[in-house]
Amino acid sequence: MPAQPIPDTSAPDTSGPDRGDSLSPAFTPPADPRPAAAGAKTVLQTDDIARVLDRIAHQILEKTSGGDGVVLLGIPTRGEPLARRLAERIAAFAGVRVGLGSLDITLYRDDLRTQASRPLGRTVEPAGGVDGKLVILVDDVLFSGRTVRAALDALTDLGRPRAVQLAVLVDRGHRELPIRADYVGKNLPTSADEQVRVRLAETDGADEVSILGNGRVGQPAVPVKNGGPA
Amino acid sequence: MTRHLLSAADLDAAGALEILDSAEQMDAIQHRQVKKLPALRGRTVVNLFFEDSTRTRSSFEIAGKWLSADVINVSAKGSSVSKGESLRDTALTVAALGVDALVVRHPSSGAAHRITQWVDCPIINAGDGTHEHPTQALLDAFTLRRRLGDLTGRHIVIVGDLAHSRVARSNVLLLGVLGAQVTLVAPPTLMPAGVHAWNCSTSWDLDATLAGKVAGDVDAVMMLRVQRERMGTGSAGGGRAAVGYFPTEREYAINYGLSPARLDLLPEHAPVLHPGPMNRGLEISSIAADSSRSLVLDQVRAGVAVRMAVLYHLLAGADQEAGRTGEPHPAQAAAVSA
Repeated sequence: MPAQPIPDTSAPDTSGPDRGDSLSPAFTPPADPRPAAAGAKTVLQTDDIARVLDRIAHQILEKTSGGDGVVLLGIPTRGEPLARRLAERIAAFAGVRVGLGSLDITLYRDDLRTQASRPLGRTVEPAGGVDGKLVILVDDVLFSGRTVRAALDALTDLGRPRAVQLAVLVDRGHRELPIRADYVGKNLPTSADEQVRVRLAETDGADEVSILGNGRVGQPAVPVKNGGPA
Repeated sequence: MTRHLLSAADLDAAGALEILDSAEQMDAIQHRQVKKLPALRGRTVVNLFFEDSTRTRSSFEIAGKWLSADVINVSAKGSSVSKGESLRDTALTVAALGVDALVVRHPSSGAAHRITQWVDCPIINAGDGTHEHPTQALLDAFTLRRRLGDLTGRHIVIVGDLAHSRVARSNVLLLGVLGAQVTLVAPPTLMPAGVHAWNCSTSWDLDATLAGKVAGDVDAVMMLRVQRERMGTGSAGGGRAAVGYFPTEREYAINYGLSPARLDLLPEHAPVLHPGPMNRGLEISSIAADSSRSLVLDQVRAGVAVRMAVLYHLLAGADQEAGRTGEPHPAQAAAVSA
């Protein structure tokens, strides 16, 4: 296990209510412990997610020639535990301790004027900073690409990495910006009004990726086309 | 989140904790090389100060600037206020410049609330007379929470010139919402009118309170400034205090000042707070003010983070909330057409 202390991202800390990252495009209630709602189609289960993360960890090692100078930055809420799991796997597979941190993008969003204020996630700078490092942003769902754009802005204020890559658990398409992921857990063809829900043991009590059809009970009937996070 | 922040009572527990949690994240920016967040880019915040202030005005200014807002300071001195303009006209004039938020300090209680009836933008009360100072209460709670953890069940003692203190009222309200217990200590002449209806206990005996004999063990003590300027005929720095409130400053210092001996009465873990500016030797001794238990400078630092959080929460999504259509507020429209 890594000797470098990895910040505990599992506790439901200051991030407060869910920002709705994983349930695109609408908001999800905080830390929903129930199984997927009726009408939801489970796409990845616990074992699948573990295998997908195994593969991404190997790919990172392969593509970065052994993980030298790599820093994983998770985007709260669910990118944080994913980055942590990837760091643990890389340490187990290759004995390399990559940098680990988190990068909150709330204050860099492009919809701050129109959306009600959201609780802030936390930004934890990795021990060695990001200057000259190969930073890999980690998020759960890649959708419009707007979260990643915001993350690139936020990263600029932290320092100047050598290069930036992107790892996501799910790529559901419908990009609105010229952004692509370097490491993809699963490509998930969806229609724009469907919702992809990611649940992780650290934040939601269990690992699961599911697709919810439109018009789910308790969700806004009108999908927020451009307002949702990526 | 409410549209304005006029009183600490505008916040419920969830709202207050959200601001304090956000402030924790905002505080991290002080360690960064680039102290700038883009959240309020293109917004204009006006500090409208009818009363002298150093730390409140400058920390609102820094808070706005670190969030990338444009911040303008308008003070009564050297403005049209000194030429006799009314509060309403000044507020409407500043609002007509196209501001997104007004930060107001005024010597009259209720001034900020009055301005909300004339102007259509979020108003932050930065101190109105002897009434309220909600961001000071938030930064005090932030500082206390950093030192003590969760404030539920904590016992905070507030000592000094309570009758003239807007900080005391806001703190009693906010600490109550956060689940803390408050005891106010002052001579009878400096107890606020109607204090029996407040959510706190009171005492005239500082030594007994600090020793935990009045309302239980103390977790923190907050000393308030003796506000000579609000006592009428007080002679600044002189021997005699304001007529009628206490006989002499020396007697006040002996009975209600935080002396080194009183500092020793406090439990080990209990910090000392003071909203500043301090009258050293009057309500607080230099030894107490400069001790490792003093959080005075932490409070100032917290002021920036807390005010960033307040500006962010009031201004994010403000367009949508106000249903902004370009239509001026009725009062503004009336003023324009008049």
